[in-house]
Amino acid sequence: MIENILSIAFLAQTIRITVPYALASIGGVFSERGGVVNIALEGIILNGAFCATVGTYYTGNPFVGIICAVAGGLITALIHALVTINVKADQIVSGIAINLFAVGVTKFVLQIVFHSSSNSDRIPGLPHLKLPLISSSPVLTQVFGNPLVLLTILIVVVSHFVIFKTRFGLRLRSVGENPEAADTVGISVSFYRYCGLLTSGALAALAGAWLAFDQHSFTDGMSAGRGFIALAAMIVGKWTPLGAASACLLFGFAESLQIQLQGVGIPTQFVQMIPYIATIVVLAGFIGRATPPAADGIPYEKE
Amino acid sequence: MAKKKSAFGGLENPLTQNFLVPLLAVILSFIVGGLFILIIGKNPLEVYAALFSGTLGSPYGVGQLLFKSTPLIFTGLSVALCFQAGLFNIGAEGQLQVGAFLTAIVGMKTFGVPALLEIPLLLTAGMIGGGLWGFIPGYLKAKFGAHEVINTIMLNFIAAALVSYFVTNVFNVPATVHTPPISPQGRLPRFDTFIPAMAGSPVNFSLIVAFIAALLLWYYIWHTRYGYEVRVVGLNVKAAEYGGINVPKNIVLSMTFGGALAGLAGSNFVMGYKYYFEEGFSVGTGFMGIAVALLGNNHPLGVIFSALLFGMLDYGGLVINTMVPKELVIILQAVVIIFVISSNKMFKRFLMNLLKKKAASGND
Repeated sequence: MIENILSIAFLAQTIRITVPYALASIGGVFSERGGVVNIALEGIILNGAFCATVGTYYTGNPFVGIICAVAGGLITALIHALVTINVKADQIVSGIAINLFAVGVTKFVLQIVFHSSSNSDRIPGLPHLKLPLISSSPVLTQVFGNPLVLLTILIVVVSHFVIFKTRFGLRLRSVGENPEAADTVGISVSFYRYCGLLTSGALAALAGAWLAFDQHSFTDGMSAGRGFIALAAMIVGKWTPLGAASACLLFGFAESLQIQLQGVGIPTQFVQMIPYIATIVVLAGFIGRATPPAADGIPYEKE
Repeated sequence: MAKKKSAFGGLENPLTQNFLVPLLAVILSFIVGGLFILIIGKNPLEVYAALFSGTLGSPYGVGQLLFKSTPLIFTGLSVALCFQAGLFNIGAEGQLQVGAFLTAIVGMKTFGVPALLEIPLLLTAGMIGGGLWGFIPGYLKAKFGAHEVINTIMLNFIAAALVSYFVTNVFNVPATVHTPPISPQGRLPRFDTFIPAMAGSPVNFSLIVAFIAALLLWYYIWHTRYGYEVRVVGLNVKAAEYGGINVPKNIVLSMTFGGALAGLAGSNFVMGYKYYFEEGFSVGTGFMGIAVALLGNNHPLGVIFSALLFGMLDYGGLVINTMVPKELVIILQAVVIIFVISSNKMFKRFLMNLLKKKAASGND
């Protein structure tokens, strides 16, 4: 059993599961650091997966599919931004409505485009890059040769740098912590909140694109709660990109362990619960303190 | 001040806010839905006509509408009660799963108990299951300040996994994902036993239970000391504390009662329709409760009306499925929510601006 866990295939499986979590989770970090709760991650993943599928289907080019996914994610995030930043309506309810909207609209268009209520036609996946060191191992090439995996690793590192080491990041955090103060010194709260939210839209949509390419098709409801796991990872990772990505890796590890151990007698349902229970435990303060940005979830009303 | 207010053409009237805003939101969402119908080359008016005649046009259609509305009333009341206490219950979905599951388990273990006892027993089981699932986030909030929104979302997934485990491994009928049937004494009578025209529709006495629950909630919130405390906590936690109100207690109680209401939603399915618990029987009824509560302005009567609307859309989707994909109604429901929260907010700002202008010009 130990050999199974230490195998390259197991590593590949873990990475496969982790990538979409990590992308969406870091998206969540950007949005919430700016002060906007983004429960809509789930719906954005779904829309991203759908747009990736449709774009790839019509052009045959998965990179066009990625562009379509990002566009779809941005549009979805834009709705959330209009409702929560401009109209200043409730962020949680808006997120729920957008998740519902994504379920409806993807299934609606699925039936128009693919004449099926459950899945799309098959689409090609992403081509794999031949990397010098690992080209001898087909499994490693499958995983680390995938441009989206490389992009994800890059995004994790760059996001952490952007949020904590750049002026943009400082301002983004300032509108999430204390928008009044930020506003007073001339930082546009709306602008930075838009930036955070749209970034999360693009990243969560990439997570969706990953799912579509991984499965070579779109299936109804394929986000399957990943947006919420991403949200959980963001909290367990205490609203930092590196922390969130680590939590995603942990969740991904647990999940592929569960797949590996199938038939050993550990019910799958108990492994499924791990991320959720971990989140509750962290939120209750049993493992350090999980403090969200101070103005997270509060619309900014100018006096 | 009171005199000044009336100068705004009644806009500040609660009637306007309770009825006009939701009505406008519904109309706007039908317009947006109409655009989707137009895009795929169908006639929106025909589709909507079919939607209305299929649901409201026959006793069977009305029965189906009421059947779909019943659990929405429960989850809507659940969310509304928590909203009154300033809490956001996104966990109605998990609460109703646990409630329905416990109803079924108690029901399958209590054969031979007379109906007069069995029915209240099963309803109580549902309330206890849901109440427990509401108590957990309430306690975590009161004790550790952990945000109930995240915890209720997490508990939804935990409930789904837990129930799934028990239904597939412990209590299942082999080769199915449902439990053995409950005692026949625990069955709630269907309306079609009294109204033959509704034959075939599983609408049942859960609806009456839902109406009673709405009435009791209304009385509790607006006519008891406890309800007053809940509302004060919801309006201003600091003021409640200064006033000597036990805030943690009210948080825990509201979440627990909210959970119990959501738990009752399972009765419609387990006691009135299938007579067993089946995995995946509820698809988003808990989440829809949030929409129902919002559209109903967190008032029990409003909840009933908006549950009827959402129930109509739920069943209406099946009616129009031959003309357009039934997911049109999901789009409609989502758009209604977005318009309600947006228009509530814009409406308030519009009023504020008007007040400011009046105040500025009214000083001469």
